[in-house]
Amino acid sequence: MARKRLDLTFPPRQSLKPIIYHLVRDYDLVPNILRAQIHPAQEGRMVLEVTGSKENYAAGVAFLEAQGLTVNEAASDIVLDEERCVDCGLCTAVCKPGALTLDPETQTLRFDKDKCVYCEACVIACPRRAITLTF
Amino acid sequence: MAKSWEEINARIASGEAVVFTAEEFATLAADEGVKAAARRVDVVTTGTFGPMCSTGVILNFGHSDPPIRMAEIWLNDVAAYGGLAAVDTYLGVTQPSSTRGIEYGGAHVIEDLLRGKAVRLRATSPGTDCYPRTEIDTWVTLDDLNQAYFFNPRNAYQNYAVAVNTTDSVLHTYLGTLLPRLGNATYCSAGVLSPLLNDPTYRTIGVGSRIFVAGAPGYVAWQGTQHNPHTDRDSHGVPVRPAGTLAVIADLKAASPEFYSAATFTGYGVSSFVGIGVPVPVLDEDIAATLALTDADLTATIYDYGVAGRSRPSLGTVTYAELRSGSIEVEGKKVPTGPISSLPRARRIATELKRWITEERFAIAEPVELLPQPGSQAQKPLEITTREAI
Repeated sequence: MARKRLDLTFPPRQSLKPIIYHLVRDYDLVPNILRAQIHPAQEGRMVLEVTGSKENYAAGVAFLEAQGLTVNEAASDIVLDEERCVDCGLCTAVCKPGALTLDPETQTLRFDKDKCVYCEACVIACPRRAITLTF
Repeated sequence: MAKSWEEINARIASGEAVVFTAEEFATLAADEGVKAAARRVDVVTTGTFGPMCSTGVILNFGHSDPPIRMAEIWLNDVAAYGGLAAVDTYLGVTQPSSTRGIEYGGAHVIEDLLRGKAVRLRATSPGTDCYPRTEIDTWVTLDDLNQAYFFNPRNAYQNYAVAVNTTDSVLHTYLGTLLPRLGNATYCSAGVLSPLLNDPTYRTIGVGSRIFVAGAPGYVAWQGTQHNPHTDRDSHGVPVRPAGTLAVIADLKAASPEFYSAATFTGYGVSSFVGIGVPVPVLDEDIAATLALTDADLTATIYDYGVAGRSRPSLGTVTYAELRSGSIEVEGKKVPTGPISSLPRARRIATELKRWITEERFAIAEPVELLPQPGSQAQKPLEITTREAI
């Protein structure tokens, strides 16, 4: 089984096609959409996790590319620089999924990456620029 | 059981002083009563580490050969003030870089200097008979400077607003990103550890107080700008809104990047986190009673930053204990909260100041002049007028 995070860019003409449906039906992949910004007639972007067999994963990615999507397999990652962080907690105010929280006792910052949906709100909010999106 | 400043300083000098942080003192007072806590403890240390925009440094570069009377000055492309003597300047933290905008500003130059990095100094001048040079382009480090000291016109705000946004759009403010339709609330105070919340009527904190500034020993120089003692107070005399402020001074060369951090607020500008710690002597039970207050006793007022005017409507009050719990209720809606002032750093500052007093015998100083007292002055607005109207 493979579990990978993909960063997909949809060309404008593909935004209306049920791409994810085909990933499920034709390739038996389980998608977990973390973030999507799709507008008709505009370029779209989607970050998703897919789980499935290695063969199906490879075939699924080939399908996506054949549809004209740009597939970034080494998908972007949110990284917290603990040296720069001053534990002000401001990022926790914009983190809707609750990936960034303050320890109730110490009030120091905790980052639970499993809850992160890569919305990047914290990247913009952090006054220390301690949270970055890496590729 | 009143204690004098002299008695407390004698105990500090002999290493016998009992020093607690404000959090520790509040716990002690809750357990043993204010009276017993007041008898036992000599000094309570406070601390705060939040963004403070009215912060900056006075620098003297020394004279080049031939010398220059610097009129326009840049440090790493951040403009510094050229209206002082030939090679003196004031660098304010909010000044953005002319090349990198708000991602790098005066605050970042100060942090780079504190970290020992070389900073590019450029200056121009019309040239005079006594200062013939018209331009200079060189590099300086903190060690190279003759004098380098913080002179911060407004630090350590006594209480602050809780910011929310009732509009339909995201707002980028100096209190962080405010999500639409009461999507979050941000607040900025060390609460139980905040210096001026522990001495709400400025009995012991005044001009000449010896304090902790960004890791360096420093002083309260004057009342801070916008010092407004004339504001609403609770039954303990503690302001429920932004009130008193401190102007502080301290040697940049003795400061530490552990207690000073540059900041950028997206859509707003540059600022810097400044660590301020103030020792409060436990002179009597009255001051002990306010030192004993906890986050559950301290109140802040919620303001709607969606109103882009001077007078933002208040949407009620909350305690710091409620704010720290992670959510508050505003207009019947549960709103998640996030702080801006770092409590872990504030704790570190109060603990470090405690170490200064107990181990390094850091003496406390009675104010040579009190700050303007409650009832003495209110904050005046700026009215827009014309020469004719005057």
